[in-house]
Amino acid sequence: MLEYLVRRLATILPTLILVSMLIFGLQQLLPGDPAKILAGEEQDPTVIAYLHKKLHLDEPLPVRYAYWVGGVLHGDLGDSVRSQQSVRELVKQKLPVTIELALLAMTIALCIGIPAGVVAAVGRGTAWDVAANAFALWGLSTPNFWLGILMILLFSVQLGWLPASGYVSPFDDLRANLAAMIMPAFVLGNAIAAVLMRHTRSAMLQVLSADYIRTARAKGLDERKVVLKHALRNALTPIITLGALELGTLLSGAVLTEQVFTIPGFGKLIVDSVFNRDYSVVQGVVLVTATAYIVLNLLADLATFAANPRLRR
Amino acid sequence: MTFSQRFVRYAFAVVFILLFAPLATQAQTLRVGLAEDPDVLDPTLARSFVGRVVFAGLCDKLFDIDEKLAIVPQLATSYEWSADSKVLTLKLRSGVTFHDGEKFDAAAVKFNIERHKTMPGSNRRGELAPVTTVEVVDASTVKLHLSAPFSPLLAQLADRAGMMVSPKAAQAEGEKFGARPVCSGPFRFVERIAQDRIVLERYPQYWNKDAIHFDKVVYTPIPDATVRLANLRAGQLDFAERVASSDMEKILADKRLKASRITEIGYQGLTINVGKSDKAKQNPLGRDARVREALELSIDRQGLAQVVMDNEATPGNQWVAPGNPYYAKNVPVPRRDIARAKALLEEAGVPHPSFTLVTTTTSDAQRLAVVIQSMARESGFDIKIQSTEFATSLNMADKGDYEAYILAWSGRADPDGNLFSFDACNQPLNYAGYCDAQTDALLTQSRTLREPDDRKKVYEQIAARVLKERPIIYLYHRNWLWAYSAKLGGVRNVPDGLLRLDGLKMAP
Amino acid sequence: MSALLAAPGIAGGAVADAGPWRRAWLRLRRRRGALLGLSVVLGFVVLAVFAPWIAGQDPIATSWSALRQAPSAAHWFGTDEIGRDVLARVVWGTRASLLAGVVSVSISLMLGVPIGLAAGVVGGIVDGIISRLTDAFLACPFLILAIALAAFLGPSLSNAMIAIGISATPIFVRLTRAAVLDVKVEDYIEAARAVGNPPLRVAWRHILPNIAPPLIVQATLAIAAAVIAEASLSFLGLGQQPPAPSWGSMLNSAKNYVDNAPWMAIWPGLAIFALVLSFNLLGDGLRDALDPRQR
Repeated sequence: MLEYLVRRLATILPTLILVSMLIFGLQQLLPGDPAKILAGEEQDPTVIAYLHKKLHLDEPLPVRYAYWVGGVLHGDLGDSVRSQQSVRELVKQKLPVTIELALLAMTIALCIGIPAGVVAAVGRGTAWDVAANAFALWGLSTPNFWLGILMILLFSVQLGWLPASGYVSPFDDLRANLAAMIMPAFVLGNAIAAVLMRHTRSAMLQVLSADYIRTARAKGLDERKVVLKHALRNALTPIITLGALELGTLLSGAVLTEQVFTIPGFGKLIVDSVFNRDYSVVQGVVLVTATAYIVLNLLADLATFAANPRLRR
Repeated sequence: MTFSQRFVRYAFAVVFILLFAPLATQAQTLRVGLAEDPDVLDPTLARSFVGRVVFAGLCDKLFDIDEKLAIVPQLATSYEWSADSKVLTLKLRSGVTFHDGEKFDAAAVKFNIERHKTMPGSNRRGELAPVTTVEVVDASTVKLHLSAPFSPLLAQLADRAGMMVSPKAAQAEGEKFGARPVCSGPFRFVERIAQDRIVLERYPQYWNKDAIHFDKVVYTPIPDATVRLANLRAGQLDFAERVASSDMEKILADKRLKASRITEIGYQGLTINVGKSDKAKQNPLGRDARVREALELSIDRQGLAQVVMDNEATPGNQWVAPGNPYYAKNVPVPRRDIARAKALLEEAGVPHPSFTLVTTTTSDAQRLAVVIQSMARESGFDIKIQSTEFATSLNMADKGDYEAYILAWSGRADPDGNLFSFDACNQPLNYAGYCDAQTDALLTQSRTLREPDDRKKVYEQIAARVLKERPIIYLYHRNWLWAYSAKLGGVRNVPDGLLRLDGLKMAP
Repeated sequence: MSALLAAPGIAGGAVADAGPWRRAWLRLRRRRGALLGLSVVLGFVVLAVFAPWIAGQDPIATSWSALRQAPSAAHWFGTDEIGRDVLARVVWGTRASLLAGVVSVSISLMLGVPIGLAAGVVGGIVDGIISRLTDAFLACPFLILAIALAAFLGPSLSNAMIAIGISATPIFVRLTRAAVLDVKVEDYIEAARAVGNPPLRVAWRHILPNIAPPLIVQATLAIAAAVIAEASLSFLGLGQQPPAPSWGSMLNSAKNYVDNAPWMAIWPGLAIFALVLSFNLLGDGLRDALDPRQR
């Protein structure tokens, strides 16, 4: 176990380095001069020249990379050129928002996905299976930005039950916060529910055909007990693992959902910064989320490894 | 039920209510929905239109403009030009303080103008280029010395170049001033969460405090117009700027809302590469003015305004709208004339010219391009549409790597702001690459004349020259469309599209 | 896109005997959901291929007098903001969406499978490098990768397909590698190697056919995700360019008129939903049919 952990930890550093190079390259190789965008409508040549110097835009790529990495190692992720805020400050502001959205979406996904998967597995091949499939897959099959707009129109404009947008910190007003987050969390959670449903279903199917289940049934145990107590418990491990990974993806920000609901999280920040060529922001934020994703990945792998002795070969 | 059961039930209810009851009534807050997230809140460095909306509540300027685009006093109470128009004397308002308590005086004005001119990265340098020195005559009088007469100066001082920040705070914060701006407007800065909100609170010592009826202002950027309007309709905003033209009908039908339509001071146009790069010579559109004239004659501007903007636009053919005092009446808006367009193309020897029209990736820009493509097809034009991302398109325009390009300009109060940078030789915004010595001379002359009538005559000459060459085909002037709660009174429709907060009041 | 990670139920070696595909097809036929999915997909393929004859009207013909008209006898799905027939645009848009789905996934397969094979078969330092690269790609949000690539290449449908294809490649690399590792230790592979077959032959003739089932399943599911990804890119203006129709760009214009002209959004939205759902159902069905361990 320890050996496995050490081996896995050793892979994190090279991966992170590659991530940094990947995201740096993807940003800096984009066409368009960030100084020109940041120079606004006036396009004053002196301002553009000044920005070129400030952002080291005239220096070769490896040099710029070195500047950036050097800053990162000192804890300085750079500044957003557009708003002059430090990227670290932006991350601090937006991380709690995205985390809350991720957790809420995950909760919804678990509440929809796992029961749907159990139903689909138990009623395999029947109309229950198809219905559960369709219900959970609905979330994965609809573009979430689309679903979001429709929900706003229904619940905010027509019915007036929920606010159309506007994040409020849960520490300021919990009720308003939940009211604002419930729709985007649902839109995001739906998609993940589909994935969870599939995995629950196949994990349950695998487990249900196992010997110890046949034994339990032969013993005359109530079917519901067989399913919930024995099968589900054993099927949960791979599901939890997947859950952890999905959480990692969520943390990267549900890009378009945040756009539609105007949730000030990571996703929206990244997209806007890509279009504005605000390099530092994209690089910094993606580096942070990638690190989180890698760590969660590691934890998920450890959990699988620990739960399955057969893997310890 | 037993007493204890009843007690528990009531206790639970009370706790429930307390937990979920709305907070006690708050001070009067104005909630404004913006179309984008502003950039840095430093008047010297700021570069976006939407930032100016926030500045309207945060930073006072030397002058302001009113609904008729006339210059009105704000921090300066009066002005006077010298005889040779090279010295502008300003009298300043007394009793004005900055949000940190510092006094506003002539020294502060000097500091600010110099900051605008010398700070690295300043976007105001070009606007104040002719100002050479600022002379402090006494605490409430200041003299601006110019290298040459420059009539647009007053309009500049009614915009960001005239915004005054606290010298003490600016010196202390330096480059980081924009994170916590200290100005002298009716509201002072409280906090800003990027892409989420900007919060301002009332400044009690504001010189015009009787006109301010709100305690707090919250600006919320909501880029999607549908969502922005949805917020307004759901009661989460009191004011939404730049609503979509297609939503106007709905807004006018809603009794809870009111709308404003203001013809903008900017324009929507088609820029053509006539000399920015070799591409100009390689394409008949860039080579031959007759082909450009044929293109203009193929466009039905009224139809364009109707289809693209739901008639929330005024057709125009110049850099100012037909209703503007500086509009050159000698070159009126042409009507669509397919027959003449075809004849011109025959004359030019290219009955079926083909070119690529570049637009940005927004659906509005794409819609405009498709309609133009469709209209021009009737006279024989074969237009290909190419969408590029905004960032890439700037680069492309700068290098002249395009044939035609759809570009809008947000507009400046003084007509020079809509013209000089675009049509004078080698100016940064002259993407068309138009360069004509005679036009340059006329442009310079228009800047030095002070009397509006004199300037108008020069503009008529400029219009006659420039519009014949058509480096830019001006299409229309959009309406600024605002939607706000019917309870909000005192909204002033100023053509620069900025919401002014003095006089705004919320009916109970 | 993360739906494609860690597919359970990878086929084992029992598929090596005669008639496995036929048996798989029989199993598939019995699942109603999968059949429904398959028929809808085929229906869309027919729509795409025969669009010029089915559409009825010109999808790019504008009409100033028929702006945003509600569905009627003349326009069954109504018209859009510049008077084009929505039904015709939805039918023609099938081409863009199907192409986007199929081409993107083909790119991912063509790039991802060989790389994954190399990592799994060769192992060692090659595997190490490939795995680290794959991890790095997967750590970046999929849509951000796609947006950056599409922005880099320039907005167009083909560039969007390339961008989505490249962004989805790491998932197939990882999947192929995992499948290869699973299958590598099976007896018949050892036997093939012992007999003296060169590694490339072993990979091509023996390993690849046996890891095909999970790849087929994931490819089908990936097409579903790719269609949505294209819609997302078009929503941001980076996909299909005007005036050519694509469901995503139709939604992008429609979002401004949801209140006035909901039909502009309903039909393309429904089309995306139907197509994606069908691919998902088909993929799930294939997974069951191709996995002999499930009875």
